[in-house]
Amino acid sequence: MIEIDGLTKYFGDNLVLDRVDLQVARHEVVCLIGASGSGKSTLLRCVNRLVEPDWGEIRLDGVPVSDASFGKTGLQRRIGIVFQAYNLFPHMNVLDNITLAPRKVHGQSRVEANEQAMEILALFGMERFAKAYPEQLSGGQQQRVAVVRALAGEPDVLLLDEITAALDPELVGDVMAVIRGLKDRGMTMVIVTHEMGFARDLADRVCFLDAGRIAEHAPPKDLFGAPEHPRTRQFLQRLLDGGRL
Amino acid sequence: MIPDTPKTPPPPPRRRGFDWRTAMVPGLISAGSIVVMFGALAWLVATNPNWPRIQAQFFNLDHMIAAAPKVATGFLINMQVWLIAVVAIGVWALLLAVIRSLRGPWFAPFRLMVVLYIDLFRGLPVLLLVILFGFGIPALRIPGLPNSGLFWGGFAMVLSYSAYVCEIYRSGIDAVHEGQRAAAHALGLNEWQVMIHAILPQAIRNVLPSLMNIIVALQKDVALLSVIGVRDAVREAQIYTAGTFNYSSLVVAALLFLLATIPMARLADWITRRDRERRLQVTE
Repeated sequence: MIEIDGLTKYFGDNLVLDRVDLQVARHEVVCLIGASGSGKSTLLRCVNRLVEPDWGEIRLDGVPVSDASFGKTGLQRRIGIVFQAYNLFPHMNVLDNITLAPRKVHGQSRVEANEQAMEILALFGMERFAKAYPEQLSGGQQQRVAVVRALAGEPDVLLLDEITAALDPELVGDVMAVIRGLKDRGMTMVIVTHEMGFARDLADRVCFLDAGRIAEHAPPKDLFGAPEHPRTRQFLQRLLDGGRL
Repeated sequence: MIPDTPKTPPPPPRRRGFDWRTAMVPGLISAGSIVVMFGALAWLVATNPNWPRIQAQFFNLDHMIAAAPKVATGFLINMQVWLIAVVAIGVWALLLAVIRSLRGPWFAPFRLMVVLYIDLFRGLPVLLLVILFGFGIPALRIPGLPNSGLFWGGFAMVLSYSAYVCEIYRSGIDAVHEGQRAAAHALGLNEWQVMIHAILPQAIRNVLPSLMNIIVALQKDVALLSVIGVRDAVREAQIYTAGTFNYSSLVVAALLFLLATIPMARLADWITRRDRERRLQVTE
């Protein structure tokens, strides 16, 4: 479904992504792990063109994401993204946050968009938040709303960029439950995470990034159980020593 | 040894009864010191040998009453110009700020134009612009253009103030977190929609206190139009002074300005405080 070929990105002289190849199949959940600065988030942001790569190509169902046939907004509709800091619009209530793109970009009427938004909210048991403003919600609730907002365009792929990193530990579970629900419904997801539990539970495949390259990728039980690459072993050992594995 | 924990929590500490000393004393001290201070000032002024002459020159009640109707009529012009200018500046400056903040190489010439505009109009005294436009353009007698000094003087004020207000808006736009822009783009909104729906509502909320201050400042600066012959409150007061050699009419104009600006300043303070409280809540 997503094919990444030779993706390379510099920030100034700093090589952030170095000839990354990665394929993600439909219904597959891929987790990207690695130390801070290893290029995970940049890789994710290249997929929906928030960051333009310097070299290489990303294809969605065989069509390059930079292809004009996606138009201005087609790509964003097919690829949803959720950020670490939720990035909900603070001046809009939950319902308006979710329906902004359907109304302004996908040309739905307010009634139609509201109905659809309430359906998705109900799916995750969050109807009661519809009229609340982001600042009235906890971090975990805001993040779940952000997930619903990303789903409102009915995307084929969901990109999650360290979505639990800013949350208090006891709130992580609620967000993870939502993501697990999406996995059960067959959503294709690429997940950047520092939460190894997240990767172990949800991922079909875990990719370990090191200095802009995918050093190793394998199903979670292999990668966590018997890492092959020395850098992976070192990374996991450090997490283990820090009590985070 | 650790004592056993009681079965029930201890009762809340008994609240102390009403104590007139803690309730009243600070208020009394404030009131007393204010009376003493201002009383002393009033006594100093009133006992000054020059006071009767000052009073006759500036606070002559007969002259004040005689000048009041004309000055008040003039003040209505001040208010009208002010209201129209506030709206015009609000819209024009916002447009400039949005153009200045648009990204993308195609907007480069427009961005440059706004930068030049701001450099030009922030660098020139408002008074100079008012005289230049208010006298200069009507003198051209170009058919189709309005011929009134009032219009062109007001126009000059809008041009000048918009340069400042544009920068205020822009600081508000820049203060909106980059993540908001990324989120809006990721939802498929185009540059313009990102601005209208995601950035501007937050930006304007950010700068509302600064905008209120500018509005108060503008309220007074409308009096600059008196130099090009617009018969506003100051001009009318001057005309009265010219005939009577008494300055009480200007004091009437001054009182009218205070009557208008002080409530506005209070409103600005209130908006600022409410805004601060909102921010503090958010960071909690």
